[in-house]
Amino acid sequence: MSPLEPLLAVDGLVVSYAGFRAIDGFSMTLGPGETRVLIGPNGAGKSTLCDAIIGRVRPTEGRILWKGRDIVRLDEAGRVALGICRKFQAPGVLAGLTVAENIGLAACRTRSWWKALRSRRPTDRPQIVDEVLEMIGLELQRDVPAGALSHGEKQWLEIGMVVATGGELLLLDEPTAGMGPQETRRTAELLRFLGRERAILVIDHDMAFVEQLDCPVTVMHQGRFLAQGTLAQMRADPAVAEVYLGQAA
Amino acid sequence: MDALIGAQLFNGLSVASINLMAALGLALVFGLMRVINMAHGEFLMLGGYLAFLSTSLLGPAAGVLVSLLVASVGAAVAGAIVHLLVVRHLLARPLDTLLATWGLALILQQLARDLFGPIGVEVALPAWLSGTAGESLAADGDGLALPASRLFILAAAAAVLGVLHLALRHTRLGLAIRAVSQDRMMAAALGIDVRRVELAVFALGAGLAGLGGVLLALLGPVTPTVGQAYVVPAFLVVILGGIGSLGGTAAAALLLGLVSALAQVVVDVAIAQLVMLLFVILFLQLRPEGLVVTRSRALDA
Amino acid sequence: MREPARLFVPEHGGMPRAAILVGAGALALMPAVLGPYDLALLGRFLSLAIAALGLVLLWGHGGLLSLGQGLFFGLGGYALAMHLKLAGTDGAALPDFMVWSGLERLPWWWRPFESPVFALAAVVVLPALVALLLGWSLLRRRVTGPYFAILTQALALAFVTLIIGRQAVTGGFNGLTDFRTFLGVDLPTREARTALHFVTVLLLLAAWLAVRHALQSRYGLALRALRDGENRMRFLGYDPLPWRLAAFVAAAVLAGVGGALHTLHAGVISPAQAGIIFSIELVVLVAVGGRLSPTGAIAGALLVNFARDRISSAFPDLWLYVLGGLFILSVLVLPEGLAGLGQRLRRRP
Repeated sequence: MSPLEPLLAVDGLVVSYAGFRAIDGFSMTLGPGETRVLIGPNGAGKSTLCDAIIGRVRPTEGRILWKGRDIVRLDEAGRVALGICRKFQAPGVLAGLTVAENIGLAACRTRSWWKALRSRRPTDRPQIVDEVLEMIGLELQRDVPAGALSHGEKQWLEIGMVVATGGELLLLDEPTAGMGPQETRRTAELLRFLGRERAILVIDHDMAFVEQLDCPVTVMHQGRFLAQGTLAQMRADPAVAEVYLGQAA
Repeated sequence: MDALIGAQLFNGLSVASINLMAALGLALVFGLMRVINMAHGEFLMLGGYLAFLSTSLLGPAAGVLVSLLVASVGAAVAGAIVHLLVVRHLLARPLDTLLATWGLALILQQLARDLFGPIGVEVALPAWLSGTAGESLAADGDGLALPASRLFILAAAAAVLGVLHLALRHTRLGLAIRAVSQDRMMAAALGIDVRRVELAVFALGAGLAGLGGVLLALLGPVTPTVGQAYVVPAFLVVILGGIGSLGGTAAAALLLGLVSALAQVVVDVAIAQLVMLLFVILFLQLRPEGLVVTRSRALDA
Repeated sequence: MREPARLFVPEHGGMPRAAILVGAGALALMPAVLGPYDLALLGRFLSLAIAALGLVLLWGHGGLLSLGQGLFFGLGGYALAMHLKLAGTDGAALPDFMVWSGLERLPWWWRPFESPVFALAAVVVLPALVALLLGWSLLRRRVTGPYFAILTQALALAFVTLIIGRQAVTGGFNGLTDFRTFLGVDLPTREARTALHFVTVLLLLAAWLAVRHALQSRYGLALRALRDGENRMRFLGYDPLPWRLAAFVAAAVLAGVGGALHTLHAGVISPAQAGIIFSIELVVLVAVGGRLSPTGAIAGALLVNFARDRISSAFPDLWLYVLGGLFILSVLVLPEGLAGLGQRLRRRP
């Protein structure tokens, strides 16, 4: 990979459901280690873009390049193995397992069922589990069932699971959904910390949160690319104001 | 040989009609609540026995017509009771519902055995159902003889399908059913009483099966386990037809009925059953996006 | 489409060693205590318990309800029964039922079963192969939940219909029976019965240990995680297919071994031990005993079957009511079975 080559490039992507084009010729690139926020009004196609990148929906047209290689034909597990991992909007933790087991399974390097039969420990990389637990601030709850956590803690746990997979690109779909201002601020801190070592693509509606992340913003509208720049630039952009910020105000 | 294939196709159509009557209720309930009612076959059986009772009391001529009403209402009431006593308590647990309703099926079968004996009862056909149509076609000795009872079954199933389609499109209950099937939470938020809709659909599905029970009583004896024989193909129809579409269910019933009937021209019933199953499994291989299309934002819709 | 998440603590040493020793010791003493009829009865129930253990893995922890375990039980049972039938022909060219049906030559697919080694291998390999093929084609397409239950049930039904329809080569509705000798041993003798009992107990113990080990390993953890959050696991990079397929094949093999042992104890294998009703009875054993607990499944198998034996000999018409009631009650009142009840009582201060 040449230093200038993007980590992820989405090229002319089209996703249509029975004639409705949820994504309509969208393109963007993300460099290694870059943090980017994706905003846009409801129905702009942000979550669908995540779906396409992680392999949950198959695009009708276009390419998704990971370090220059088209990954459209890979399944979800294959893409996670390459280094892409996604957090969903509604927290998807494994409620019956403990916090440490949740992260342990995510961190596990071997995914072979046969090898798993020979180990009683939830993971083969316990030091990663400890690191991630400290990072998301849930050390004290490590043996608590994930289902017993508060909503905000579940969001952090799921971010922790995504981090524990060791991915180079984290897709975070509304990581602050359902959080109060205090928790939102902590989440922004966490993401800024995580952003030092890996690329992150965040979808969020909360402008205060986006401001705290302090990173470039891409605006989507009706499945298309609309604008890109700093949050301040976007606020000044009349086209953006019309479809999005104007609407919100 | 052509006549044999023709007769097989015709038989396949009438069996498909009964499978459809059983599958419609299963598909409606599955589409709405994502549960499989293993006692559904017993509603067919109940319909069959109610037809037997009606024709025994009123004579074959009036009995068959009256039984259409008695069987559908009777089975619908039974369905409502089953829903209130068992299914309602298990809504978020589809596999547990399956087991509990299976237990119910065993109890109902044994009840039928105790009441009517282990050997089947025959429903006496009225004169207008026991003849054959199409004798003129048989003039050259090689034509088709279409039994009137089977024609009646076809007509009845087609009528039910039509009425059900119209009811789902044009009544308030139909609208509520479609709304709840698409999005429970949203429907509830709009003020639809989801529990009552579920109760109504469960009863409706049972009533349709009861009606199907009358039809199967026209074809052969009603036994305590007759429901089992029809319900397994009906399950396959539901799988093949997909969720939330009457047309899909009808097409699947037709397709499976014809596959099974044609297979029986070449092989025996036992192999035909295996062929039907393999057909369904093969179909699942070809469907590209798996069975359940998940929604985007949450992990588990 | 998911069952509610359960907080499950696997039996990490929770089962006192003493209890295991007492249980195994009691089973070892049985040949000295029980008469031949009761010993055979116990042997049959222990064989059913082996098959039930597979369902703990597949259904309890894997979340995949198979209503077609009878198919695998039957495959194991028939594979061994075919050999027993051929070994007992006393020099005649054909098994008795084939002669009665007017057959003159042994069908080609019966021939390999003249070898006891082949038959014993088939007891394991046949169920495994069928489960591998069926499981792969269904699970690959993400067919789980009620669909999986229905399709496995349909296959069991097709299997039984096929056996009944091919009377001349399968023994039909009556099945295969009247076995005399296995590996040169006369089956009806007391010594053979005792040996068979010990083999069954040992195999049950091995199966219990293996299932427990699997459940306490990381494999068991991932299997439960797939049950409670299939999609989350998928997006963590776990492909559910091999994990679930392994559980399905393991459950099929346990059912096959149970079926073969059951054939020896009962002296017969027939469609009644392969069909829909039989398959679902296996599920009720596990539901009553506790779907999450291997020990519970064994207890359920013994309890339900002894109850059945008593009830159906005293009041033949009553058993199906009881069985149906057990289903409804175990699901509505005791979703984790007797083992869950025991755990709840123990936790209470």
